[in-house]
Amino acid sequence: MNSQATFQPPLDYDPYKLGSNRKQRGAGIGGGGHGHSGGEATGHGEGGPASPRVIVGYGFWIFLLSDIIMFSAFFAAYAVLDTRTANGPTGHDLFDLRRVAVETSCLLASSFTCGMSSVASDARSRLWTEVALLLTGLLGLAFLLLELQEFSDMIRQGAGPQRSAFLSAFFALVGCHGLHVFAGLLWLGTMMAQVWVKGFRPHIVHRLLCFNLFWHALDIIWVALFTVVYLIGSGS
Amino acid sequence: MINIQAGDGQRDYQDSAPGDNPVTKGIVAYLIGLAMAVLLTVASFVLAGTDVLYGPSLPVALIVLAIAQIGIHLVYFLHLTTAPDNTNNVMALLFGVFIVLLVIGGSIWIMGHLNGNMMPMLPTGGGM
Repeated sequence: MNSQATFQPPLDYDPYKLGSNRKQRGAGIGGGGHGHSGGEATGHGEGGPASPRVIVGYGFWIFLLSDIIMFSAFFAAYAVLDTRTANGPTGHDLFDLRRVAVETSCLLASSFTCGMSSVASDARSRLWTEVALLLTGLLGLAFLLLELQEFSDMIRQGAGPQRSAFLSAFFALVGCHGLHVFAGLLWLGTMMAQVWVKGFRPHIVHRLLCFNLFWHALDIIWVALFTVVYLIGSGS
Repeated sequence: MINIQAGDGQRDYQDSAPGDNPVTKGIVAYLIGLAMAVLLTVASFVLAGTDVLYGPSLPVALIVLAIAQIGIHLVYFLHLTTAPDNTNNVMALLFGVFIVLLVIGGSIWIMGHLNGNMMPMLPTGGGM
């Protein structure tokens, strides 16, 4: 079976057999895809199981979506309790948009450096992966400290979570996001150690992929959060 | 599908997708995403901080900007594409968005009606 130029499938060739695409996928067939050329399988499985990268990414994506659905419940609670301030302070009185702008830029920049870490790990550069992950962690830490400062300021002003339904919903929603960032930072630390000690083994690369997805998803939730809570909330 | 880069001996070819790019291409893609996200973020903060827009229309504008930015994040950071190996991801996302809209929209709708049907409460006293 060495006819590379004009590939003629043998009569007993089964394109749907597990792993049957390994040998046939050469220069002769021309890139695969959904084409009906040669002996290529024509189903959506493209003649074999998907690569582990695709499967791992899909599984983690399902987890992230369920996490986002959990956040949507907190968002719904906040939207419902938005105006129930029990004569206490409103968002307009409490929110400091300048601090929120700094928090947002920290998180956005950390999302970018996290993307850089994925580029670096694609190129199998251990040093640059570590540098990008470290920057991501520092920016995430800055975000978390700013958020804690905001919370302690509010509680000192007597605007803690027990003050009104609005503030309960606020602390639940923003605090839940903060907890996710904290968990992400712990994960990031372990990933840095694993890349350092074990290098780019396939399962480490998969974990890096999942961490990237997680960190970007946190930024997506923050986009919804600063819009709905801070920007719209400080206007009213 | 098989996309081995020259001089990259360690690459696991079974584990690479058609969109896997060399370093510069990857960085440029992230930079484009970052620039667009920054632009949309700045626009949101400027609109909220000034009164360029007519007050009641402000929340709508902010939500539109946020949805646009989420789209940018999905495409440039999470690499959600229309490629065949991404179909499942897109389908899962659509289902997730459906549930999110159901939860948030349903809550606001139902609680709004409940508030509308509440008996007026006395201004003082804890009476039921």
